[in-house]
Amino acid sequence: MPFSLHFSPTPLITAPSPLSKPFFLVPYYHTLYAPKSPPCSSTEHALTHQGKQEAFDRRPEDSQTLPLGLRRDAMPSHVAVIMDGNRRWARLRDLPVRSGYEAGVESLRKIVEICCKWGIKVLSVFAFSSDNWFRPKVEVEFLMSLFERGMQEDTGIFFRENIRISVIGDLTKLPKALQELMVNLEEATKNNTRFQLIVVVSYSGHYDVVQACQRLALKAKCGLIEPSDINVSLMEQELETNCTEFPHPDLLIRTSGEFRISNFMLWQLAYTELFFAQSLWPDFGEAEFLKALLAFQQRQRRYGV
Amino acid sequence: MEKEVMSSLKMAGNILCSASSFIRKCIFGVLRVGPIPNHIAFIMDGNRRYAKKQKLSHDGAAGGGGRYDAGFWALMVMLLYCQELGVKYITAYAFSIDNFKRKPEEVESLMTSMLEKFHLLDILVKLLAVRVHFAGNLELLSNELRASAMELTEATAAYSKSVLTICIAYTSRDEILHAVRESCEQKRIDLEFGNDDDDEIKLMKVEKNMYMAVAPDPDIIIRTGGENRLSNFLLWQSCWSHLHSMWVLWPEIGVWNLVFAILNFQRNKTYCLDMKKKEKEL
Repeated sequence: MPFSLHFSPTPLITAPSPLSKPFFLVPYYHTLYAPKSPPCSSTEHALTHQGKQEAFDRRPEDSQTLPLGLRRDAMPSHVAVIMDGNRRWARLRDLPVRSGYEAGVESLRKIVEICCKWGIKVLSVFAFSSDNWFRPKVEVEFLMSLFERGMQEDTGIFFRENIRISVIGDLTKLPKALQELMVNLEEATKNNTRFQLIVVVSYSGHYDVVQACQRLALKAKCGLIEPSDINVSLMEQELETNCTEFPHPDLLIRTSGEFRISNFMLWQLAYTELFFAQSLWPDFGEAEFLKALLAFQQRQRRYGV
Repeated sequence: MEKEVMSSLKMAGNILCSASSFIRKCIFGVLRVGPIPNHIAFIMDGNRRYAKKQKLSHDGAAGGGGRYDAGFWALMVMLLYCQELGVKYITAYAFSIDNFKRKPEEVESLMTSMLEKFHLLDILVKLLAVRVHFAGNLELLSNELRASAMELTEATAAYSKSVLTICIAYTSRDEILHAVRESCEQKRIDLEFGNDDDDEIKLMKVEKNMYMAVAPDPDIIIRTGGENRLSNFLLWQSCWSHLHSMWVLWPEIGVWNLVFAILNFQRNKTYCLDMKKKEKEL
């Protein structure tokens, strides 16, 4: 393929996490990390009798070493993912479609865990697009119940791991109970600062721009702004991604080998590096994520210049 | 003796050209069995790297030809191939608003080169019956360049065989902002004069005000130069486009690169068309 993604030797993963456990209980069995730097005076102090408690309380990502080849200074602040391939994964295994979605949720949990470990600040996941409403009703209802169940089960984790949850999209189309759950979860976790997970539901890039346009038109109608005043800053204030400090993904990963954006965050992807992975989403694990990040770190970003 | 050798070489050259032309026609014939994209967009990346490789300077010394000459001819060749294949709309990302941030001498050289090429383009597109359209914030261009662009647009307005859109002083965000401003202004006027009592702005209204409203959404976006990003190009229109990145530098692009891109597109076409239709229904 002329795409020729930048591959590096796959690190050894010695113990895969069991699918049924929530991600925070997965032991860190991963090997092939960069050697730790020799102790400096601040580290020596931390390891003294009085400093041991401080070291114990220190956040994992501050002292966590990264896999070989990854540079902490070049980590993307915001990674976006189009989680494609769940149904194909199930069909290939002669399993019902719901198994594919459930495996997809487990894969997401692993990636969230890895993002927290490796210092990525924001992860946006394209969970349900506007065109997914055309899927069979049974499948859509299952997905809605899966979102509800997943959010309820992982609420404790979000608080314990200091994860902020944001939900963007046209939530009016979702079942009332799910809407309420999402809004409450967003509100309850809004002060969490370690990591932000943006769940993108019932969303399209076109919808995002049009709803921003409508809000601006309303402001113009009320005389708050002139249409000629509309600029990048005003526009970005009205887009759904105004919920984060890093609204523009640095890296977009799409799984399952499809080479398209599928109406995801169009405005926000202006200078985003695109990475198309061949594996299906439930199979997208640490090794594949590492490949994507290594490829990202090797790219020269010119921002259009 | 020399004349005989030259004559033989010329004949051999003609035979090779005819043979490669025949092979190309056969390949295109095979491609046409499957769906042919209606619109191909090109991000013409790699001109500076190519110029560095060929040791071309700004003014085109040491190599014969300006820095961007090879890129211009590559676009003309692609236009010819696309016409032969039956691709009606071709869009090329010639100059981004972000490119104004480059060194002033480079920007000036590019503008001068573009002005020269417009005169050449004028002759070529009339021969090929191609309608030319310029998409972008043309107010950012010099008066001369803008006038030349408008002249070319008017001169070719009657042609309909193919449409070549050149994105110049363009970024997609600027295009979207322009469309949003126009939509808000139109809505305000409609509400003021009682032509419309609905506050809502629909997607179609915003789309109508895009610079790229003359062409349908691209089926394929081809980027040369090996990078995998859109660089603020056709963000709105690319939602269902097949994205194809190739390592070859833009001036080096050839027919086989195009063939491969279209073959990849043909594998995914049906899904993209379905999704476009469904989005319109929503």
